[in-house]
This record gives sequence, C-alpha cells and structure tokens, in this order.
Amino acid sequence: MIIGTIVDGIVIDHIPAGRGMDLYKDLGLDKLECEVAVIKNASSGKYGKKDILKVNEVIDLNYDMLGYIDPHITVNIIRGGERMEKLHPTLPETITGVIRCKNPRCITSIEQELPHIFRLTDREKGVYRCLYCDTMGGKQ
Amino acid sequence: MKRDLIDITDLSVAEIDELIAVAEDIIDHPEAYREKCRYKKLATLFYEPSTRTRLSFESAMYELGGQVIGFSEATSSSAAKGESVADTARTVSCFADIIAMRHPKEGAPLVASMKATVPVINAGDGGHHHPTQTLTDLLTIKREKGRLDSLVIGCCGDLKFGRTVHSLIGAMSRYANVRFVLISPEELRVPESVRTDLLEKQGIEYRETTSLEEAMPELDILYMTRVQRERFFNEEDYARLKDSYILTPDKLATAKWDLAILHPLPRVNEISVAVDDDPRACYFRQVLCGKFIRMALILKLLEVE
Repeated sequence: MIIGTIVDGIVIDHIPAGRGMDLYKDLGLDKLECEVAVIKNASSGKYGKKDILKVNEVIDLNYDMLGYIDPHITVNIIRGGERMEKLHPTLPETITGVIRCKNPRCITSIEQELPHIFRLTDREKGVYRCLYCDTMGGKQ
Repeated sequence: MKRDLIDITDLSVAEIDELIAVAEDIIDHPEAYREKCRYKKLATLFYEPSTRTRLSFESAMYELGGQVIGFSEATSSSAAKGESVADTARTVSCFADIIAMRHPKEGAPLVASMKATVPVINAGDGGHHHPTQTLTDLLTIKREKGRLDSLVIGCCGDLKFGRTVHSLIGAMSRYANVRFVLISPEELRVPESVRTDLLEKQGIEYRETTSLEEAMPELDILYMTRVQRERFFNEEDYARLKDSYILTPDKLATAKWDLAILHPLPRVNEISVAVDDDPRACYFRQVLCGKFIRMALILKLLEVE
C-alpha cells in the first residue's frame, strides 16, 4: 500500500495496533480539512503490529493524551520533506478531559461542568487516579 | 496563602504533632482560648446528616469565642435548586472566615477549596476522606497510649467504604514501627488504592484477616467501624454484611489489658453496650477529643496565635 509522501506535516508512529481510529477522533483529526491517513496494522519490528497516523499539515497536538495512551508513541515533525524533530511524549503528571471518572460517588457524577482531571500516582505502572475521588482511571 | 484541610496528608507529621500539642494545651487551659476567635465566623455546610462532626465543629467555634452559620441538610440550601458546590463555596466565602463541609459525593470539599477564598475543612466526603475524624483519633490514641509510634492497630468492620479507616491508615503510616491488622469480610476489604498507594508503596507492614477473635491478642488499638447502610446501593448486601462483627465482653477476654477501643460513632450494634463500662472503651472520650482538636485546627487555619 502506498501513502503519499508528506512535505510539511506530522507522522504519529508506534500507536498500539487497534488504537489508531480512536486517536484519530480524540485528537480531532476528523475535523481537519487537510489530508489525513490512518494506517492500521502496519508491520513493526519492535511491536509486531502498529497503527500510524499521517497528517499533511503541522498542527498542535495533545501530547498529554498521546503520552497517556502509550509513551512508546513517537511523533515525527516533517518540514520540507525532511524529518526535523522526533518527539517522545511522556506520561503527563495530570490529564484533563481525556478520560472520565466512572465512580458514581464522585462529585463529577453530579456536576457536569467539572473538568475530569486525573493525576499520575505511579509512573512505573502508569496509574492515574481521579483528582477528586482517587478512583483509578482505565485506559480508553 | 490560605490553607485547606481536604486529606490528612495535607498536614505534615510535624503539623499534626503541633495540633495535638495545642489541643492538649486547650484541654489544660480552656480559659486562655475563650476569646481567640472573637468576631470570626465558621460556616458549617452539611449536605448530609451528622450529629457529632457538625456539633463538634460548632461547639469548637463557640468555645473559641466565634460564631457559626450554615445548614445541616442539602434541602435547606440552594443545592436543592441545583447550585454547584463551587458557586456555594464562592458565595459562603463572602460571609464566613472558614468553611467546614460535609458532602455525600467524593471530592466535593476539594472542589469547594479550589473556589473558596477562605480555608475549607473537609468534614467528610462520601466514603472518601474524613481528616478531622483522623485528627480526633490521633489525639485520642496519644492521650490513651501516650505515643503514636510502635503500635499494632486493628481496623475492624467496613474497611471498603469506611472513610475514617482510610484516613487513619494514611496518618498512622507516617509514624515509626506501626503495623496494621485489617479485619473485614471479603466484600468490605480496604480498597486497592489504600493497599497499593498507602501501605505497600511505603513498605508498611499489614495483614488482612476475617477473624476478629484471631487478631485480638496482638492489638494495641482496636478501631471498630459501622457497616454503613447509606454506602450501599443494594439493601440485600447491607443486610447480609451488617452484623459481621459485634464486639462483646467475651471477645475481649484475650485482649491486652491496655487495649484502646476506638469507634468514630455512631454505632448501631457493632459494639455491645456491655462493653461501654470497660475502661478500655475510649469512644466517648474520643468524642470529646474531637472538639478540642477541631479548636486547634480552626486556630491554625485562621492563623490565630
């Protein structure tokens, strides 16, 4: 399968296989006017299979979300057909509006306008807990 | 910058020790504190029923010479009209110098503290935190045992929804040579977050058991809790678990002579009234400690010398 070469844009690589479409929506790529390619199940020497997103424009990304989904994801910034930067999102200290607290006893269950904020409580295991009630946040 | 008390770990061990010292000074010299909070107002915002905690806060403020405003149920506040906790906190900040909030939803006092311009004290949020009960427990333990370190603490009953237990474990874990025996039915074990984040992460020694009798001989402190009907979504589960542990004089036969029996109260039937006259029963002395430690806390958060 051939996907056109990017001149100025972003390649989000090493996305866990099966998560590419979710990320496409969560990052708001479905709302972009430019060309976007979602590549599923590409072969990966490291992980067996992976998903890749290619965006034909340099846009601002939610690196917190990428780091939360998988810190192994890499972001390549392409300018003039050359890779100018390779970024590795890390697990952010807090994530806001990425996951929702599912605890029915949490204040967020009755106050709809409160932002859903999770903080990193165990970097080694990648554990996030709700800022308000300490309930563990599951991966999307 | 204002200070709040949402979780007991908001206070350092040194600050807790200082609060205990002030509380003990209040006990010894109550007359010296009678005018300390003159012209200051405490707002008690209680969205769910409480006897001890609310009255304890209110009597603490009155004994410091201050005044009290507030509500004791959500239906008598604008919450009944759908006002958010954040808006209520901002509003009450205009009227009071300090807020004590109890709310059935976990995290509500934290939300209030983010918006209020005056100190906010968490007076219990659902099954989550209850730091002033913990301060009460610590003052009681200090007065009954003379120390806060080198203790074997048995926590018995509803350890899943029992917020007082979670806060107590958090606070006592910071003292040296403290060991926990967690006594509960399988369904009401301490939440995984307490086991991993508080106990295991800090290398605190603990074990879990379903037998109160088996644990009794090794305990220095027995912290009894009530299986709380209001924490269950299912009446059948409550009915099945509510009588799991009932402390009777017989069960105390193998206990240490200087065991201290604590209970955050109210009790239903988990401690037989026949135990009340045993000198090891501390739970009513514990109630009184609650007033004195809240006086010390109000003084600290209002920065009254």
